[in-house]
Amino acid sequence: MSTANDDRRKAPAGERVADWADGRLGIYSLAKANMRKIFPDHWSFMLGEICLYSFIIIILTGVYLTLFFHPSMNEVEYHGSYVPLQGQLMSEAFASTLDISFDVRGGLLIRQIHHWAAIIFLAGMFVHMMRVFFTGAFRKPREINWLFGFLLFVLGMFTGFTGYSLPDDLLSGTGVRFTQGAILATPVVGTYISMFLFGGEFPGGDFVARFYSIHILLLPGIMLGLVVGHLILVFYHKHTQFAGPGRTNKNVVGMPLLPVYMAKAGGFFFLVFGFIAMLAAVASINPIWALGPYRADQVSTGAQPDWYMGFAEGLIRAMPGWEINLWGHTLVLGVFIPLVLFGLFLGIIALYPFIESWITGDKREHHILDRPRNAPTRTAFGVAWVTAYMIMLIGGGNDIVATHFHLSINAVTWFVRIGFFAGPVIAFVVTKRICLGLQRRDKDKVLHGRESGIIKRLPHGEFIEIHEPLSQEQLHVLTAHEQYQPAEIGPAVDENGVERKVKGSQKLRAKLSEAYYGDDSQIPKPTAEEYREITSGHGHH
Amino acid sequence: MSSQDTPEENLPAERAADDSEHGAVAVPGEKNPFADPGLPPHEHRIQDIDERAARRSERAVAFMFTLSMLATVAFIASFVAVPVDKSIYVFPLGHISALNFALGMTLGVALFCIGAGAVHWARTLMSDVELADDRHAIEAEPEVRAKVMDDFRQGAKESALGRRKLIRNTMFGALTLVPLSGVVLLRDLGPLPEDKLRHTLWRKGKLLVNMNTDEPLRPSDVAVGSLTFAKPEGLEEHDHDFQNEIAKAALMIVRLQPENIKDKRELEWSHEGIVAYSKICTHVGCPISLYEQQTHHVLCPCHQSTFDLSDGARVIFGPAGHALPQLRIGVNDEGYLEALGDFEEPVGPAFWERG
Repeated sequence: MSTANDDRRKAPAGERVADWADGRLGIYSLAKANMRKIFPDHWSFMLGEICLYSFIIIILTGVYLTLFFHPSMNEVEYHGSYVPLQGQLMSEAFASTLDISFDVRGGLLIRQIHHWAAIIFLAGMFVHMMRVFFTGAFRKPREINWLFGFLLFVLGMFTGFTGYSLPDDLLSGTGVRFTQGAILATPVVGTYISMFLFGGEFPGGDFVARFYSIHILLLPGIMLGLVVGHLILVFYHKHTQFAGPGRTNKNVVGMPLLPVYMAKAGGFFFLVFGFIAMLAAVASINPIWALGPYRADQVSTGAQPDWYMGFAEGLIRAMPGWEINLWGHTLVLGVFIPLVLFGLFLGIIALYPFIESWITGDKREHHILDRPRNAPTRTAFGVAWVTAYMIMLIGGGNDIVATHFHLSINAVTWFVRIGFFAGPVIAFVVTKRICLGLQRRDKDKVLHGRESGIIKRLPHGEFIEIHEPLSQEQLHVLTAHEQYQPAEIGPAVDENGVERKVKGSQKLRAKLSEAYYGDDSQIPKPTAEEYREITSGHGHH
Repeated sequence: MSSQDTPEENLPAERAADDSEHGAVAVPGEKNPFADPGLPPHEHRIQDIDERAARRSERAVAFMFTLSMLATVAFIASFVAVPVDKSIYVFPLGHISALNFALGMTLGVALFCIGAGAVHWARTLMSDVELADDRHAIEAEPEVRAKVMDDFRQGAKESALGRRKLIRNTMFGALTLVPLSGVVLLRDLGPLPEDKLRHTLWRKGKLLVNMNTDEPLRPSDVAVGSLTFAKPEGLEEHDHDFQNEIAKAALMIVRLQPENIKDKRELEWSHEGIVAYSKICTHVGCPISLYEQQTHHVLCPCHQSTFDLSDGARVIFGPAGHALPQLRIGVNDEGYLEALGDFEEPVGPAFWERG
């Protein structure tokens, strides 16, 4: 035996296992780059973690549910332990969901954890997306990761929809019917898609099995790939950070992955899981036994989709029932326009990073986050988008709003119809004003210091409030943001007096650039000269 | 970059050149009063300087991990001991499943305590000294880029794809065609629409059967102000195609005063003021179930389309695009309500071929 081997034998078991793995997988070079990787700390950075953890929880609980769920639409007579439904005809899917809820010990808990986690997953993605949007974290080099995240959100919506449709209860069946009706509205191919999706006429006997394979295999498979890609890119780009002392565009400041971030993030997984488990213990979600099995000729009042489908529901409820009949064909605009709007509305937020980078012409990497106030037009656009989303969410629950607040359903619907157009405009203007006000306040603080609240009386009787100068850190943070100048088209004629050709797209870009970075859209940040002039003038203003 | 692109001077300057690379302290002075002061010195926590405080943290973390273990034991005990059908009263939730409550709470505590312990450990005992890492540009150095481009050109040249057009074109052809097999395979997912959406089970002479009592309806069974649901005779809940058929044939029947019927055709197709309309909403197909007897309006509970049953069931509010189809009814020799034919137009949501 060589001495080298003797050394190996003496090494701790963990090291020997690591050596073994390194010899086959090369894990050391991977660990060298990542084991002490730095992650900046900010409360808003944990929103994405909530999404990741609820996704893992959904997969774990989902695998359990597949062990008991029967994805079949065969009609059976129920003889399980839930007395009120005994003897009723229902699909095997519904019956097996009742079994999971009433006969399998812990089945109801896992079902409710699964559903709650899905709701939190989508809500988490929505808020995480807003965080990334309002801080400008989508800028180069992260545009692709923004798209990955966007796709996860959209796929999450459809995975959720196919999931809650599986029990084949009265509520979810109504949602499926709505979807089928919307598909029928597609010009030319609507009836074909419907027949192919449902294996014939609605409801047929196939959709549960088909939705099942989409819900447990196709969509989660794609999503898992996207989640992995999303995380790899987060590691590769290194996390963004807010401006602060010692934090630049060229570094990343925070805690190392091992041990702090691992303990915090790992611990946070258990916190999220524990929270959802307790939620599932006390708050019932989707009590399908109270709804009963699906019947194509029955419906319950107050039918609502899960929240993330609510804005689509709002679009379809608020739209006037336009129909055009021409040459023996029907164009169902009343349903088709909401369907198109659904795609456009989501699409515009997906493409936003590319639109903004086109307007700025900025091709540099950005790792320092914007404070939302320092990008007033972007922030205002985002708030306008969220406003339209929220108004449609209200529209999706117009019956609930009407009954809870004793309003006329017609009035609520008209509010939504008008609000969908007026709301975003108002939100845009108001948000931009607020942002500019906050920018002015920041400037004021930099130049004149912080109001101390101490009132001083001068010998000649004048009262003044003492302003305290900011610390160097605060001065730096409040002036660290970049400010663009609006792009200019240049003179209309060139140096020889010949008219220059300016492309329409260039004119549009100049206009947008002016709207983004013109005098009305940002407060010039204080300059060193201004600062010196005021601070050297002694006395307080 | 075209000449029309943003000139460099419109972009904000890179953060001031005197900015620290990282961590190094720049002295704010005449040149830049807003300069980055650099990473602030580390501030010690109580646990860093007081071993007794650190001990307390250690005990707190250990306590939470222990609590988690106990909760897992309690989870297993509840699984075994609590009957699956037992319900308990928990304030303020009311009567809920005892097993679900016990399992959820114990599992929740077991998980939550692991998380709380780990986070507390990280926050109080692990080093909280902030470190800085350098970032590196994502895009490659020009030499790397040149090497990759050269390699690619070399590879492309060696493949002769550009030169041997016959190979290239036939290969693209083959690769384009082969997915067609996959598309063709999807053909049998379902039948073609044909005229399936145009017909229902209703025929001349089919009796109107009360959905609740399963008995054929007589005119006297339909009272003014009531809403009755009906299905065609012969369609039974146990039938193989019950769901598909009822999804089209479901009927709602109301009795109006004949003089209140504003629509001429509606009056003609009614019997003694009894009118029969498709129950399936023309918007996206929900069954309509809310009837306001004073105004003769029916409301779809899904998207609130409202139809006036005294005026040809035309849409008076909401997103539906056209009136509910009416079924022509009469009375047979034995005095039962019967259909006088199928609906004249397709029931349910509109579609391209509806016309």
